[in-house]
Amino acid sequence: MSILIDAETTFIVQGITGREAVNLTRECLDYGSGAKVVGGVTPGRLGRDVHGVPVFDTVAQAVEHHGAPIDGSVVTVPPAFTKDAVFEAIENGVKLIVIVTERIPRRDVAEMVELAALRGARIIGPNCLGIIVPDVIKMGGIGGPAKNAAQAYTPGPIGVISRSGGMTTEMSSTLSAAGLGQSTAVSIGGDAIIGSSYAELMPLFEADAQTEGIVIYTEPGGRMEAELAGWVTEHSSRLPVVAFMAGRFMDEMPGMSFGHAGTIVEGKEDTASEKIARLAQAGISVAERIEDIPEMIRSKISERSRAGGVSA
Amino acid sequence: MRFFEFEAREIVKRAGIPVTDFGFATSREAAKEAAERIGGSVVIKSQVLTGGRMKAGGVKFADTPEEAAAHAEDILALEIGGHMPRGVLVDPKAEVEQEYYAGVVWDGLRKQPVMLFSDMGGIDIEQVAEEHPDHVGRGHFSTLLPVSDFQAKQVIAQTGVSGSPLNRITPILTRLARLFLEHDLTLAEINPLGRLKDGSFVALDAHMDIENEARGRHAKLLADLGVGPEETRQAREATPFELAGEEVDATDHRGVAGNVTEFDGNLGLVIGAGGGSLTLFDAVRAHGGKPANYCEIGGNPSVAKTCGLAKLVLGKPGVEQIAVMMSIVSNTRVDIVARGVIKACLELGFDPSEKIAIFRIPGAWEEEGFKILEKYGVDYADRSVSLNEAARRAVEKIQGVAA
Amino acid sequence: MRAEATFIAVEVDDAIAADPETARRLTEACPVDIYAQDGDGRLELVESNLDECVLCRLCLDATPSGAVKVIKLYDGGAVLA
Ligand code: SF4
Repeated sequence: MSILIDAETTFIVQGITGREAVNLTRECLDYGSGAKVVGGVTPGRLGRDVHGVPVFDTVAQAVEHHGAPIDGSVVTVPPAFTKDAVFEAIENGVKLIVIVTERIPRRDVAEMVELAALRGARIIGPNCLGIIVPDVIKMGGIGGPAKNAAQAYTPGPIGVISRSGGMTTEMSSTLSAAGLGQSTAVSIGGDAIIGSSYAELMPLFEADAQTEGIVIYTEPGGRMEAELAGWVTEHSSRLPVVAFMAGRFMDEMPGMSFGHAGTIVEGKEDTASEKIARLAQAGISVAERIEDIPEMIRSKISERSRAGGVSA
Repeated sequence: MRFFEFEAREIVKRAGIPVTDFGFATSREAAKEAAERIGGSVVIKSQVLTGGRMKAGGVKFADTPEEAAAHAEDILALEIGGHMPRGVLVDPKAEVEQEYYAGVVWDGLRKQPVMLFSDMGGIDIEQVAEEHPDHVGRGHFSTLLPVSDFQAKQVIAQTGVSGSPLNRITPILTRLARLFLEHDLTLAEINPLGRLKDGSFVALDAHMDIENEARGRHAKLLADLGVGPEETRQAREATPFELAGEEVDATDHRGVAGNVTEFDGNLGLVIGAGGGSLTLFDAVRAHGGKPANYCEIGGNPSVAKTCGLAKLVLGKPGVEQIAVMMSIVSNTRVDIVARGVIKACLELGFDPSEKIAIFRIPGAWEEEGFKILEKYGVDYADRSVSLNEAARRAVEKIQGVAA
Repeated sequence: MRAEATFIAVEVDDAIAADPETARRLTEACPVDIYAQDGDGRLELVESNLDECVLCRLCLDATPSGAVKVIKLYDGGAVLA
């Protein structure tokens, strides 16, 4: 199985006529068993089509045309319009929203997340590449064109969660090359406030029988790793976790901004070394090099299964 | 972006929070005039975007306008933590009975803003939280519902404050919470918030950061405060090399060749994207390499933009070779980056096979890319070579060249 | 006519190049502005954009077969088909 999406998931693309969105739509349609992209929304473009996907002015029109609730939306509209687009999706019953757009102010993100919580919807991102279930479906630009995505991602037992879209692919490719496929890989975005953190996705992986271990990519900045460490300990998770931490050099440069908007080191808690220590306390191994990840996760999984902790 | 104290105070004042009758001066004469207008004793405070003003001698008390002028002159010429002051704040010396703290920040985990309050003001809130946790009140609040007084009241009451102070501080904290959201701030602090002899409250210092991504929608406020669009107020001023990097990125709208940051090593880096750049920079250093720069390419930049960035890095004094490396690309194209970096070498009269220590970008259009690299004899690697291994090879090569 | 840069060369049949309608189609098709029209509507090749060619074949689709050749100079002069 997988988390968040499967072959039956229907979704729309908001901002579908934009250059990147056109490519993204093509990629999703081509990948795996072909995503059910049931519509696109760009205000003022009703009646057009993008790779055969009908374009509407409003989400409501897309839902009406589809004749049933739509599961998800990939939002690719410019930052100034993102909040409205996401509100529109949520208020029209969409339950899973992948926000691709970068550089959205925190207040807008907080408002979107709050409304989503009120309506029982989930947000992935912003500033993310989306979700991929290897060989089945992808929702978002993750992995790129179908051909490229197929090269990097293979089905298997590892859940991947990453603050960097590109590194989701790099790590999955490394896992695949070592014979470890992925159950689902999620690019969660690198901003200071995001819709779904590591800890918030853990229960889904925990409940997914296919998933036997978790690999995360993380960076300095924020307290999401501490939250994950807390979750893993509190819930005595059955899933071993291996983390890779990039940006260790930033510890020496407080206040400087590298990488994502969320990676600025503002306090002691934010530093790479502090995070590594916290993760280690929770039994989460931190890999020094990406190529070490497959062996680390493999041995952790077999340790657990020897201990009898893993359900078949 | 951080506001200066005089700007933050202006924002506080506009929100209807009482402030002292302060003046801002950039010269000895103006400081004197401000002191005359205020009358009585004043405090002269350096306007710098760094902490430790008091220790550094950037805050002085004056009993007369003449003394104020003299202090202002000294402070205006005083560098603090590598920063020259923007001016001085001339503040009436208030008779303060007690100092409080009021603040608002984001809680990234709860994904909501949080009000903070303490009846122990004047010191760092982190320190109070650590040493006297019962003196810090906290309360998250919604970004969708209007901020209501009771929320502030609850936070203040947590610290045991009651009576007239509770009723008087409540609207101040509510207003601070509202202005935090209205102005897209990432930090809003009044510290200290002073209670005066007559029982009234006044903001004696304020710290505010506005989110860079939101600056566009606060153009009027920024213009009113005299903050130009070019003012970034980074922790460190951009170097000419970094400014040239921004120029390269602005040449066209295709893709990004950004976040160029200068270091003083000999190995130039043409790397991407966000996560890949961080990983690669770490890896180069872990192998003993000395990066000349940091950068992030992504989003499928044009050949011209990649070429511009590579030329900038190649032309940086001290750079002997460049390493062109990215995590597996799916949007950015291998062949386009290959053309860009090779072109940069050729245009500067270098042999690409000598100047490019390694090219490790697997992914979209790699077959075409590798053909180009082969033609020019550039050492390249596909996805079977890890980022770490590619960095190691680059470092080894440049150390061989340097030896 | 022919123009070449470091990595890419483009050759256009002279008769085709002289036709304003074809020139217009090429100008519209190419995403990186390698084709342009002069004052009389005749085709011009923008040399400074040649190396930006993304090998998308849109120019080939817009013209009769063989009329436009996109040549990969880095690949032994292979012609984009
Ligand atoms: S292949 Fe595409 S990019 Fe190249 S010249 Fe033709 S239209 Fe332009």
